[in-house]
Amino acid sequence: MSKEPVAVVGIGQTAHVAARRDVSLAGLVREAARRALDDAALDWRDIDAVVIGKAPDFFEGVMMPELFLADALGAVGKPLLRVHTAGSVGGSTALVAAKLVAARVHRTVLTLAFEKQSESNAMWGLSLPIPFQQPLLAGAGGFFAPHVRAYLRRSKAPDHIGSLVAYKDRRNALKNPYAHLHEVDLTLEKVRSSPMLWDPIRYSETCPSSDGACAMVLTDTAGAARSPHPPAWLHGGAMRSEPTLFAGKDFVSPRAGRDCAADVYRQSGITDPRREIDAVEMYVPFSWYEPMWLENLGFAAEGEGWRLTESGATALDGDLPVNPSGGVLSTNPIGASGMLRFAEAALQVRGRAGEHQIDGARRALGHAYGGGAQFFSMWLVGADRPE
Amino acid sequence: MPEVTPEPTAPPAAPEDVLTAPLVVEFPFTRSLGPVRGAFLTGLRERTVLGIRATDGRVVVPPTEYDPETGEELSTLVEVAPTGTVTTWAWNPTPRRGQPLATPFAWVLVRLDGADTALLHALDAPGPDAVRTGMRVRVRWAADRTGAITDLACFVPDDAPAPETAEPAPHHGAFDDPVTGITVPARLDYTYAPGRAQTRYLRALGDRRTLGERCPVCRKVYVPPRGACPTCGVATAEQVEVGPRGTVTTFCIVNIKARNLDIEVPYVYAHIALDGAGLPLHARIGGIPYDQVRMGLRVEPVWRDGSRYPDHYRPTGEPDADYDSYKELI
Repeated sequence: MSKEPVAVVGIGQTAHVAARRDVSLAGLVREAARRALDDAALDWRDIDAVVIGKAPDFFEGVMMPELFLADALGAVGKPLLRVHTAGSVGGSTALVAAKLVAARVHRTVLTLAFEKQSESNAMWGLSLPIPFQQPLLAGAGGFFAPHVRAYLRRSKAPDHIGSLVAYKDRRNALKNPYAHLHEVDLTLEKVRSSPMLWDPIRYSETCPSSDGACAMVLTDTAGAARSPHPPAWLHGGAMRSEPTLFAGKDFVSPRAGRDCAADVYRQSGITDPRREIDAVEMYVPFSWYEPMWLENLGFAAEGEGWRLTESGATALDGDLPVNPSGGVLSTNPIGASGMLRFAEAALQVRGRAGEHQIDGARRALGHAYGGGAQFFSMWLVGADRPE
Repeated sequence: MPEVTPEPTAPPAAPEDVLTAPLVVEFPFTRSLGPVRGAFLTGLRERTVLGIRATDGRVVVPPTEYDPETGEELSTLVEVAPTGTVTTWAWNPTPRRGQPLATPFAWVLVRLDGADTALLHALDAPGPDAVRTGMRVRVRWAADRTGAITDLACFVPDDAPAPETAEPAPHHGAFDDPVTGITVPARLDYTYAPGRAQTRYLRALGDRRTLGERCPVCRKVYVPPRGACPTCGVATAEQVEVGPRGTVTTFCIVNIKARNLDIEVPYVYAHIALDGAGLPLHARIGGIPYDQVRMGLRVEPVWRDGSRYPDHYRPTGEPDADYDSYKELI
């Protein structure tokens, strides 16, 4: 029996800020969920199951928060389950929800991811002092910066590419009312002259820490027919994992990422992603990850990703816009960041991305990764129902 | 009721030759409360217990933001009495750190007069024989109240009869200087055991030797060893000494001080592939200006007495390694 086509008919997100002190954790997720239902013109009773995700529990210090969110998410009397795959969790959560619809287990599923990072300190949560082990000697960006240097060596990229990405994404964020950072006065020169925190990563090339949530309503063919707005159709979705550290691990272009993208393209009938995909929302926590992932995801040959960025192809008016929403560099509630990528891809093909809409976007890729390049999740959504 | 006195559970003993150490995870988390829980905790500070009217008319205490059955947003706050009835209980003979009372007490569910749901708290009673389901209790307020559940210090037995009716009074929920957030210190105590493979590695470090383990299938040498190869999924038993010299495969220059790290910036944090190792370890580079460190630099460890790990690595003076010799070890 064939799989049920899966449609995204509702998308909602909170405004993302450094600290949402006006709402509880329950109030935060409720806000995003309500907006997704409103977008789909549905109510709580129309939802058959709820699938939520967030990053490690230490990020809020609420152990198993799913246990107390059933009422806030209208899940009483329904299945409620939680997914966890570190920073990629927002993407994985959406894919688990999508499979429930594709397998005809449920007809309409609410999926939601969140992080209220102001309640803890993410760097603390990720660097617990394990006995006998040498502490990470470098702070948050110190884990990533050596991989960026390895990319620079491998690709021979000129060193201004990282600043181009950061400037582009922060400018895109000005068109996204939900984005955390709205740096109206930012110039390329300011990015280039911002302090070098973990050489080769500059201050303006790093992501913020945000409070926020994102929700989507996924449904079947019949549900899509009732949607007041055009749905986004799932064409392909995949997850891959690999150990954080092993002999032969390639942090610059992890095999799990390459394999995951290849699986998504195969499911979607994509043979030339560079030409066949109209917009990309990829997980870029530090600006240099844009050219790195362009290669990992097959948009450019190895060592050539930076040329795409430098040419302007990934800008809002380029032929392969990357992170039109402003991306993780502008908004980073870690658990929600992956779902924001998936949701923004869906907004593009629904024609509902507002000021950062890419004209005529028919197919868009959402990408998330996390856990020291350990988990990857991606989906490709389209304006047309898959055959 | 038979009295059971459970002993605190001890962790399973590790084999004698395996290291163990305490691991304490501790953090003062912050909570933003939102309108409903903010009103509830501010009310406790003012010796007022608030509940909320659910969609079906029941009064929920402590108040929830959303209806427990329909999920609808709730907003009709009411004040309930500081007296109530125990609906069930369990005796706690050995109070632990952070619990409401330091002496043995009963955990109780109390339905306050005017409420339709029960609140979990502690009952100060001389012993389990003094506690029964259906008994009447009243709130004992803490002397210093800040807007927290601990403002309600505990419940105590109450001799007064239950009221005939207990209709809760409407309450606006507004107070001067409302509490909008609280700090919740959390602490977890673990006993950490790194396992046999890492214990061998750590013991060898004591002799300033670095011991890896070779995978019998892919032949890669894991440092530190984990007892198994994560790629092949087989045990690694053959021990191999690696280093002490190695090659800087990549690095960054740290310009901001990390929390809890007493290292002057700038400094170089590097990935170092020790000679013979199948993957790099991470360490600081010294003995060379930070802006002269480069990929391929040959380095050796510098030990300091009393430290388990090398303090840093310094240049050996050998010619730089060829990129192709370490590009798979980044």
